[in-house]
Amino acid sequence: MFDLDKFQEIWITITHNKSRSVMTAFGIFWGMFMLVVMVGTGIALERGISSQIEGFATNSCFIWTDRTSLPYKGFRKGRQWNMENKDLQILKSTVPEIQYMAPMIFAGNTNNNVTRNDKAGSYHIKGNLPAYNLIDNQKLIFGRYINDVDIAEKRKVCVIGERVYEVLFPHGEDPIGKSIQVRGIYFQVIGVTRSNANINIGGDSMESVILPFSTMQQVFNMGNSIHFMAITAQPGVKVSEVEKKVYAALKTANNISPDDPTAVGGMNMEDQFTMFLYLGIGISSLIWIVGLGTLFAGAVGVSNIMLVTVRERTREIGIRRALGATPRVIVSQILTESVVLTLMAGTAGLMFGVGILSLAGKLLENSTGILKDPQIGFGVGIGALLILLIIGTLAGFIPANRAMKIKPIEAIREE
Amino acid sequence: MIKLSDINKTYYTEATSLHVLKGVDLLIESGDYVSIMGASGSGKSTLLNILGMLDNYDTGDYYLNNILIKNLSERQAAKYRNEMIGFVFQSFNLINFKNALENVALPLYYRKISRKKRNIIAMEYLDKMGLKDWAYHLPSEMSGGQKQRVAIARAIISEPKILLADEPTGALDSKTTEEVMQLLTDLNKGGITTIIVTHEKSVADATKKVIHIKDGMIESIESNHNYPLTTNH
Repeated sequence: MFDLDKFQEIWITITHNKSRSVMTAFGIFWGMFMLVVMVGTGIALERGISSQIEGFATNSCFIWTDRTSLPYKGFRKGRQWNMENKDLQILKSTVPEIQYMAPMIFAGNTNNNVTRNDKAGSYHIKGNLPAYNLIDNQKLIFGRYINDVDIAEKRKVCVIGERVYEVLFPHGEDPIGKSIQVRGIYFQVIGVTRSNANINIGGDSMESVILPFSTMQQVFNMGNSIHFMAITAQPGVKVSEVEKKVYAALKTANNISPDDPTAVGGMNMEDQFTMFLYLGIGISSLIWIVGLGTLFAGAVGVSNIMLVTVRERTREIGIRRALGATPRVIVSQILTESVVLTLMAGTAGLMFGVGILSLAGKLLENSTGILKDPQIGFGVGIGALLILLIIGTLAGFIPANRAMKIKPIEAIREE
Repeated sequence: MIKLSDINKTYYTEATSLHVLKGVDLLIESGDYVSIMGASGSGKSTLLNILGMLDNYDTGDYYLNNILIKNLSERQAAKYRNEMIGFVFQSFNLINFKNALENVALPLYYRKISRKKRNIIAMEYLDKMGLKDWAYHLPSEMSGGQKQRVAIARAIISEPKILLADEPTGALDSKTTEEVMQLLTDLNKGGITTIIVTHEKSVADATKKVIHIKDGMIESIESNHNYPLTTNH
């Protein structure tokens, strides 16, 4: 029920009492501003965090080996063991829920292990399968990733991290087809990667040289050893379930006690993502609680000032009553005044907050920190305005009730 | 027009009670021009408040225009006040943040008359009061006489049957008093029943009938033989 005439009447009352109205509105303005800035910052934090793990399969887990801690089937405890190529076949047949399996082997970044002509650097050497790129998606700035043919033919090719490229090659030179030496053996560069996520396995991917898994095992005399394994679960299967089955299968295949707590180590991204998720939920609920608290404090302020105002306006209200205003009209006037003030102040706070956020967004545009693109959604804005509407009504309720009880005779009694 | 029979009103405080009106009977005809006189505390303002439906009475009957005014709801009272009664007060009771025009138009707002229309009507009434040029001034920028004329314009804009004035000249000097009384007299001649509460002899002399009230009872009602008062201009 929008009544233009009523609105004009209220508008006159609000604008003819500017300082009073501004005082009343400031609490709401500030509350809304704080809410918007905090929610925006929270969203930026979430976006920042999720950009850190962008491109990483969320349904993945990682497995490595360690000394056994229980004697089993005649083997003493404390035995060092490795996963081997045969385990891949065993896992493939016993755990059908596995989607991709990417075994890895590592050679450390010993002093100047990678050289090209007169340039040299110490980098992480990793042996990967093509499947790894499906789990930790690499952005290729040159060439391609390792493929199945590289694996099958044990080609001497490599994919290098961006920083390796920057050190070994002059700026702008196309590295594809050029050779570099890795631990004294020549490999042909087939690609240059830039990692999306800030999660690194076996050392910073920007400072890594990736060889075909099979080539690396052979050239560096690593036998059938696997140092590390990345696994993703089939869609719809929980990776934590797959992880358990993989542990069990590996233990059975390698004569390790099913109860051994240390022999198979691992971590799954599900836990990490759940942690991030809860972190995000925690941060945003904290923000909403604090923000709504601030808004509520603003509303209490509005209510308080309007109460004082109603007392101050006893005579005005009494005159209005004497001239024919019913209690209902008075209540509706005070309520509407409260709502209009709250909405105006709230909208101003909303716009000011959004302005500050977009300014901050400009400043953060090129940052790689944990704050990214602070903004609030349209829905959040509308929701906040709805909340304001409710708050405004509640804030006006007590003063309106007080105003309703003013009898015309009390108001116009001569002092 | 107005018929009061055996009206009683008592004010209660925590410790004491004060019997203000003690069985007031009164008949006021349509078009009458009446003043109510009495000492301070005699009950004259209470009587006026009851007539104006600003206050309730305890026992008795009050008929206004053949309608029994008793135990009205706030809403009903507000409606009757708006339709039938115009108020003029000693301290004018203009809304201080509204200009003259907005003040005059206010009763029509509560009658749900559109803004444009009520501002036109309000301007007419201000013009009648000779205050057209002051329409957009705030009360604080006007003299007492001007403020009271704005208040009178506001009181009559809804074309009420009755004009109730509570010490309308109490805050004015003698020259302005004369002007305001002339205005009220003219309005009465136009047909509006006018009741003025006053303790000033000069004001009572301008009305047709004077009701003397003492200790909550009507002492006497005298017709003013001097009416119409001849003013010296």
